[in-house]
Amino acid sequence: MSSSRPDPVRPEPVTMAEGRGGASLASPEAVLEAGAVAAPAAAPAPVLAAAPPPRRAWAPLLQAAPLWLVLLLFFVFPLLATGVVSLWNYTEYSLVPDITRRNYVEMFEGCGNLSDGLCTTFRTYLSTLRLCGMVWAITLLLGFTVAYFLCFHIRSDGVRMALFLLCTAPFLTSNVIRMISWIPLLGREGVVNHALLAMRLVDQPQDWLLFSEFSVVLAFVHLYTLFVVVPVFNSMMRIDHRLLEAARDAGASAWQTIWHVVVPLAKPGLVIGSIFVIVLVMGDFVTIGVMGGQQIASVGKVIQVQMSYLQFPAAAAQAMVLLALVLVIIAVMTKLVDIRREL
Amino acid sequence: MDHTGIGRRGALKAAAGIAAGLAAPAVHAQGAVSLRYVGTAVNQHQGIKDKVKEDLGITLDYIPVTSDDVVRRAVTQPNSFDILDSEYWMLKKIIPSGNLVGMDAKRIKRADEITSVFLKGEVGGRKIGGQGTAPWKVLYLPAASAKSFAPSQTEYLTLIPTTYNADTLGIRPDKIGRPIGSWAELLNPEFKGRASILNIPSIGIMDAAMVVEATGQHKYADKGNMTKAEIDLTMKVLTEAKRAGQFRAFWKDFNESVNLMASGETVIQSMWSPAVTKVRSMGVPCVYQPLKEGYRAWAAGFGLPKTLSGRKLDAAYEFINWFLSGWAGAFLNRQGYYSAVLSTAKANMQPYEWDFWMEGKPAAQDIKAPDGTVMEKAGAVRDGGSFEARMGAVACWNAVMDENDYMVRKWNEFIAA
Repeated sequence: MSSSRPDPVRPEPVTMAEGRGGASLASPEAVLEAGAVAAPAAAPAPVLAAAPPPRRAWAPLLQAAPLWLVLLLFFVFPLLATGVVSLWNYTEYSLVPDITRRNYVEMFEGCGNLSDGLCTTFRTYLSTLRLCGMVWAITLLLGFTVAYFLCFHIRSDGVRMALFLLCTAPFLTSNVIRMISWIPLLGREGVVNHALLAMRLVDQPQDWLLFSEFSVVLAFVHLYTLFVVVPVFNSMMRIDHRLLEAARDAGASAWQTIWHVVVPLAKPGLVIGSIFVIVLVMGDFVTIGVMGGQQIASVGKVIQVQMSYLQFPAAAAQAMVLLALVLVIIAVMTKLVDIRREL
Repeated sequence: MDHTGIGRRGALKAAAGIAAGLAAPAVHAQGAVSLRYVGTAVNQHQGIKDKVKEDLGITLDYIPVTSDDVVRRAVTQPNSFDILDSEYWMLKKIIPSGNLVGMDAKRIKRADEITSVFLKGEVGGRKIGGQGTAPWKVLYLPAASAKSFAPSQTEYLTLIPTTYNADTLGIRPDKIGRPIGSWAELLNPEFKGRASILNIPSIGIMDAAMVVEATGQHKYADKGNMTKAEIDLTMKVLTEAKRAGQFRAFWKDFNESVNLMASGETVIQSMWSPAVTKVRSMGVPCVYQPLKEGYRAWAAGFGLPKTLSGRKLDAAYEFINWFLSGWAGAFLNRQGYYSAVLSTAKANMQPYEWDFWMEGKPAAQDIKAPDGTVMEKAGAVRDGGSFEARMGAVACWNAVMDENDYMVRKWNEFIAA
């Protein structure tokens, strides 16, 4: 579908999708519909007149139906259910169907009063956002660098693919194992501390290495950098190398070429990578729990605690607020860069 | 001895098989029964599973979940298990849901032989501390399908007790180098960055309450059922300690607590008895320190879902009766837990094992784990001493508070602090 770039019909469906707030999940059907509408429109007029109009109307709908059905069952319905449950009341052992603001009110209890510090919910969101911001910045920088190296510094296609596959090698082991294996390295009596002590760089074990924001960010970067590398690499591979040569001929320095040519053309990859990282980090509770020694607040952790105490409505309300926040972040990003046109 | 044992057992089994084949062909034709067994991993040992298969022909399908998930399963998915291994404090949430059925005391052969800890709340004739959800408060139901507890003995039991224990702090004596005698030490700034508690709110707050009481900041009417003001006070003490960097990490499961202690990340923390044993069997010195304010106790037992019937129900009773008949009790006693019917467990243990685990006497020979690794060298004495000394010094029991919702919110606040 990306081959239809010069097609004059294209700009219209693109703006249409923008009008929907650019929700990434809505795009596949939008593309399908656009394609289906565009095809008959491009056909010569006599054929158009001969074709029976009703068939045109339902055939594309039928084609898109399986996807709609899957999304309806596994995305829209659970989301609606979560929204409805967030308005329910609950007791120790039962859910009470109701329409109450209790869960939202309790969530933001004391948030209006800033005199004794931020309320729990704000503090939790702030802590989650701060972690997310740090992880995002680092993975973006690292991911971009790795992808740039693979694309522009490796000459042979074979070596490039081999190195790219090497990047994915750690993914052959489980997420949890890659995370947990940091613990013996970073611990008070771990490998890193032993090495630092042996080299006399420090005179006592460093506690900030483990069960701290540092270890959480480290684990996240380790886990999620590849999610940036892959889309950025994909975007960069489409950059015409003649553009770089032209930039050089026009007298641009290496940095200017990167900033004014490579980065703008790699933007869709950067945005897609960012969406992956932000969505994964904002909802996480396992990595933050294990690497942060259960001492660092995250929205995911709050939801998990509420679920384990059967406070499903409170957890649902929390989930709705988190979802809204993440959607806003993604909407802003997709406004900045039109991913669909660039793909 | 083993050889003849198997031979006799084999002969008995063959005889039983023939008898069953003759007497009840219908049952025989139905084939083997399997029971879905939901619980925390505490009692779910492969050894017990193998022995049950061998003795009863019943297959146990272990479904290990966390404590919180036991409650969630029992309340929201009562059809997903045939036998529930629950703790007594969880009953305050589970029984009102009506998903468990009162167990018929007449079908439990040794119902009367269950230790006085459960039946009367006393050990060796002495009353045990009853703050929190003590098991004798929630042991009986007025009717099989009741949704509230009976104040006195009835024919219907909520749970048949399996294991229980008295919990305290685990310490690393080699890193601390001085005697520890009070819960107050958990928040002593001397151990800044080297202490830990559980991140299970309902248990963590009880440990915190022991500390608050030990430091003389407040005397609770019932640590297991705090008022809102008491919750606020307890969480304030914890929050201040957290902000001052007292805690290295919080732990949520058995293995996390073992790793924290064995790797030297922490030197003092809330812990479970077998976790201390495990640290010690790794060659790392660790003591399950008795403290002057007493222990925080817990107890677990088997419950049956209301929907269980027919052959599965019979099998469940058969399994529970087997559990009380001694082999399993001895198996659990050897891990540092206590079993419900002590007399049968004693008959299944070597005298030197009984003396070490239950009487608090020095080990006459090496104490070994079921897999043969040495847990304690000859001459060692169990931390805290005998059964009567440990259970007699219980101060409170794991609990669900009336203000549970509020407590959970405050706990989340504490984690965010």
